[in-house]
Amino acid sequence: MGDMRYEAPDSLDQAVALLAAADGQARVLAGGTDLLVQLRSGLIEPGLVVDIKKIDEMRGINEEAEGWRLGAAVTGAEVGEHAALKSAWPGVSEAIELIGSTQVQGRATVGGNLCNASPAADSVPAMIAAGARASIAGPKGRRELAVEELATGPGQTALEQGEIVVSLLLPKAPAGTGDAYLRMIPRTEMDIAIVGAGVCLTMDSDSCAAARVALGAVAETALLVPAAAEALVGSNLDEAAMAALAAAASAACRPIDDKRGSKEYRIKVAGVMACRAARTARQRAQQ
Amino acid sequence: MNDAAHGEYKWIGTRPPRPDGVDKVTGRAKFGADTALPNMLVGAVLRSPHAHAKIKSIDISKAEALPGVKAVVSRDDFQDMPSEMVPAGEMMVNYRDMVRNVMAREKVLYDGHAVAAVAATSASVARRALKLIEVDYEVLPHVIDVMAAMKPDAPLLHDDIFTEGVEPVPDKASNVAKRIEIGFGDMAAGFEAAAEVIEREFDTQPVHQGYIEPHACLADVSEDGQAELFCSTQGQYLVRAHCARLLGMDVSRLRVTASEIGGGFGGKTVVYIEPVALALSRKACRPVKLVMSRDEVFRASGPTSGAHVRIKLGAAKDGTITAAEAELFYQAGAFPGSSVQPAAMCAFAPYALEAVNVVGWDVVSNRPKISAYRAPGAPISVYAVECVLDEMAARLGLDPVDFRLKNAAKEGTKAAYGPKFGPIGMIESLEAAKAHAHYQAPLGPNQGRGVASGFWFNIGGETCVSLNLNEDGTLNLLVGTPDIGGSRASMAMMAAEELGVDMADIQTMIGDTGSLGFNFLSAGSRTTFSTGMATVEAARTVIEELRRRAAKIWEIDVDAVVWEQGSAKPAGSNAGEFEPLSIAELAKQAGATGGPIAGHAEINAQGAGPSLGTQIVDVEVDPETGGITVLRHTVIQDAGKAIHPAYVEGQYQGGAAQCIGWALNEEYVYGEDGRLQNPGFLDYRIPVASDLPMIDTVIIEVPNPSHPYGVRGVGETPIIPGIAAVANAVSGALGIRLSQIPMSPPRVLKAIEEAG
Amino acid sequence: MAKYHVTTTINGDAVEFLCEPEQTLLDVLRDELYLTGSKEGCATGDCGACSITLDGRLVCSCLVLGVEAEGRSVETIEGMADGDQLHPLQQKFLDHAALQCGVCTPGVLVAAKSLLEKNPDPSETEVRYWLAGNLCRCTGYDKIIRAVLDAAAEMRGA
Repeated sequence: MGDMRYEAPDSLDQAVALLAAADGQARVLAGGTDLLVQLRSGLIEPGLVVDIKKIDEMRGINEEAEGWRLGAAVTGAEVGEHAALKSAWPGVSEAIELIGSTQVQGRATVGGNLCNASPAADSVPAMIAAGARASIAGPKGRRELAVEELATGPGQTALEQGEIVVSLLLPKAPAGTGDAYLRMIPRTEMDIAIVGAGVCLTMDSDSCAAARVALGAVAETALLVPAAAEALVGSNLDEAAMAALAAAASAACRPIDDKRGSKEYRIKVAGVMACRAARTARQRAQQ
Repeated sequence: MNDAAHGEYKWIGTRPPRPDGVDKVTGRAKFGADTALPNMLVGAVLRSPHAHAKIKSIDISKAEALPGVKAVVSRDDFQDMPSEMVPAGEMMVNYRDMVRNVMAREKVLYDGHAVAAVAATSASVARRALKLIEVDYEVLPHVIDVMAAMKPDAPLLHDDIFTEGVEPVPDKASNVAKRIEIGFGDMAAGFEAAAEVIEREFDTQPVHQGYIEPHACLADVSEDGQAELFCSTQGQYLVRAHCARLLGMDVSRLRVTASEIGGGFGGKTVVYIEPVALALSRKACRPVKLVMSRDEVFRASGPTSGAHVRIKLGAAKDGTITAAEAELFYQAGAFPGSSVQPAAMCAFAPYALEAVNVVGWDVVSNRPKISAYRAPGAPISVYAVECVLDEMAARLGLDPVDFRLKNAAKEGTKAAYGPKFGPIGMIESLEAAKAHAHYQAPLGPNQGRGVASGFWFNIGGETCVSLNLNEDGTLNLLVGTPDIGGSRASMAMMAAEELGVDMADIQTMIGDTGSLGFNFLSAGSRTTFSTGMATVEAARTVIEELRRRAAKIWEIDVDAVVWEQGSAKPAGSNAGEFEPLSIAELAKQAGATGGPIAGHAEINAQGAGPSLGTQIVDVEVDPETGGITVLRHTVIQDAGKAIHPAYVEGQYQGGAAQCIGWALNEEYVYGEDGRLQNPGFLDYRIPVASDLPMIDTVIIEVPNPSHPYGVRGVGETPIIPGIAAVANAVSGALGIRLSQIPMSPPRVLKAIEEAG
Repeated sequence: MAKYHVTTTINGDAVEFLCEPEQTLLDVLRDELYLTGSKEGCATGDCGACSITLDGRLVCSCLVLGVEAEGRSVETIEGMADGDQLHPLQQKFLDHAALQCGVCTPGVLVAAKSLLEKNPDPSETEVRYWLAGNLCRCTGYDKIIRAVLDAAAEMRGA
């Protein structure tokens, strides 16, 4: 210990340069709610920690022509206080607001939740369902990735050395769109999701015109489940469609047994959560 | 002398603010890790990553050589102890086992077992030093589950355990340390006579006391071997006894001061890091602060037993229980000594029985040595018993409260463990439950209601207090039992009641071990009872002395002086015309009349009265996910006399919350490798504020004749009935009975699916 | 093992300290500045006993690095009372016996104060969910919730 260096650059270029040049482990420090826990347990021993909270481009919640852009360093608490974003994307907002306690919300960031790449991360299924895209800066320049392509495994991302997620874009949705996120946890708060389900759908009067369904905590990454969406499209979310949705959600799961839940439990409850999230998304779509 | 028949009290039964309250709401109060000393070192402990292994060698040389490291200790720094049982809380511990638990000797017996420790100039140096200690382990197969540990071919933890309590004594060593048996009556006849017999088996998992403050201490040993220890503990005198023994010191040369304690619940009645900190300090000749991390608390302190319990119950058609049988299989952890004995005592205690038999098995396995957890052992046995009682009531078509009333123990009932009860509040608690609005409230879909009762015997024990009258008429009350939940106030209230003075004139202080004779722990629900009893005795001694002084001043006979409302007065007009002398006036003249005025008491408090209680719980189950919501929880319990009702309510509510956690979500999860998978508050799931409703309480008062104010201990009984009450409520909601706890959502959903 | 020099504001006072980069703000408060009112219950952000506010935002100080305090404003339990005047929350906790062992109390108070600054009229449910990150093992939360609701009422002038 004592080998760790802390830097707090105020520009994106500086941050990228620091990360690209680091030999050995370098980590981005956003909210620190995952990083400091990993540091304390000795799971990681980074030589460099780059605090990105001073970088303007990574902060702020702004409505742009293309949609809502959230800086990667935006915290859950800031999302919780943003009435317009919550109104436009209630599902994404509620998912972000479910990350941890009030104290954790004061620090945890949308970028961090995504890039920590826990299969159970709460914001991710809702982001995927919303069709969110990550804007990435790196030594070779900028690029974009659909959120569902970012995590590649537990704790693993598609980011190259020196790359940082700068912001997330929630693309403008057609009228009649609603989204929702639900998770199953044993207590009422504080738990990592045993199953998470994000649904975003567009209703055209009583028919579902489009849908995206994503599941968390049931595979090595959050999953976009096209078959689950197909179960909804063209339907009025009647019983048969719900049953098909549940079946497709359960079928997509490839979960593990762990201290939070068994495989069988996750498979079963994935279907239940997907249906409940779909019903809420539909209510919101028709508001 | 029992003053429980008094009418109006001035202080007893009121709700004054606690004297240590302001320090606690401002952050000023000093808990175990909150002090520092000049020249202080930071300690850290190296712990076994294996559940079971022989220690072939330990090489501390590289750690000792690291700059900043001032001492390294291991088994070589602790003398071996011969086998000797001593009391710890409501259980016994063996010094031979204790020295090995504090620092592993031949073997490591659980993931987290201490192997070595360092003291260094900073936490980061200490952490680096631990990495330089080389331990050569020979990993052995391990066993954790109690039933698996009892099998003849199970991995053996100790080669010198030959089961006690069985005939003939086995010639082969095993993990079965002891068999106990209590009861009376003709069991066979009892079951014969039954119209219905129900036999069920239950499984529970280890749970932790869950105190928010980790174990913490600051040890300071001088070059001549005198030592001071500041630590978070339920009993500074036991810490002194254990540490002195383990370090080979005279008890008189070790002064232990109890810090404020951030929760204990029985888990801080023994020593873990305290002897280690002292050994490090002795070696380094500098103070050493040693604090457990949360991870260490879960892995290396004293969670309860996980257990397997078999219950067999027979009852007649009219609801009379004809025979009650239980067999308890309890994990002791790495060393013998589970709480199976008190578990057996309490299992059927609330009921008057003709035939009762409880057999208990104490079994070692590769998980930490258990420590007491609030009514040790009883929540588990009673969970099983009260579930079967509930099933029997349903089978007989009886209301569950009426069924319990039919069989309720009362004054004169003989307990399964022998004695006859004095007055107890079982019937009163059941009748209050029946009459409570909660019991009548309607239930909605997927909702269920459960009821259960419980008993704890409570203890008294050795207690010393000292009450000194200051020159200005105020008093200092020195007690030796740490204040876990407001006892400073309760003691001051009792002393003020006796003396007839304002409670604000009495400052209660918790003394270190140098200031008073031996005090047993703040445990066993004994503090208000025993320290209160000693306080009353000391106060009465002070009153006697005050009367003598007044008599001297007035030159009359002491029998002619009475003490009333804080003043000495002539007994009647015959005694003479004298103005009353207040305590302040007498205090002022103390020197002139003979010297400082004080009272003290050194007692072994006897006559602790049991506390009986009944709890009602409503739950709602989500049948698609197995999720359970606790909607309502009412605790009805006998306090004998509630000195400070808010603190009694607090005990009822806190115990109820622990029941809910134990019943629904708390459990130790071990991997195939025998390592604890959830040593943190993220995945060891205690109830959070949003999980619980308001918890209603009803304080019943059936006075305990042995205490001047009728006090019964109340701290432990609240954790006993609640688990079964939750389980019975879940059963009511689902129509299915689960037979294991915790009833986490995956288990509940599985039970729903298996029931079809 | 070079230490970082940090300049910050704690409870309104300008403060400077040295710390190692791995030290959390909780470590610094307790071990370098002797402000031991914030407690370490878990060091992983699961118990809330270390709660403080950072630029007015409720956080776990065990999840903030000491170096991150540079140029920012930290409020701890030690700053809650005004001289010898207790904050209404502190007084209500005493009145309602909303503490038993008291170790979770500083964190709960800091969290509750933060709640009432944002939402002066919370419902029981809102209080419970806001405080879900503050573990208490002694009280079952009942008297804590009552004290917070009562303090809120008093602070609203109700």
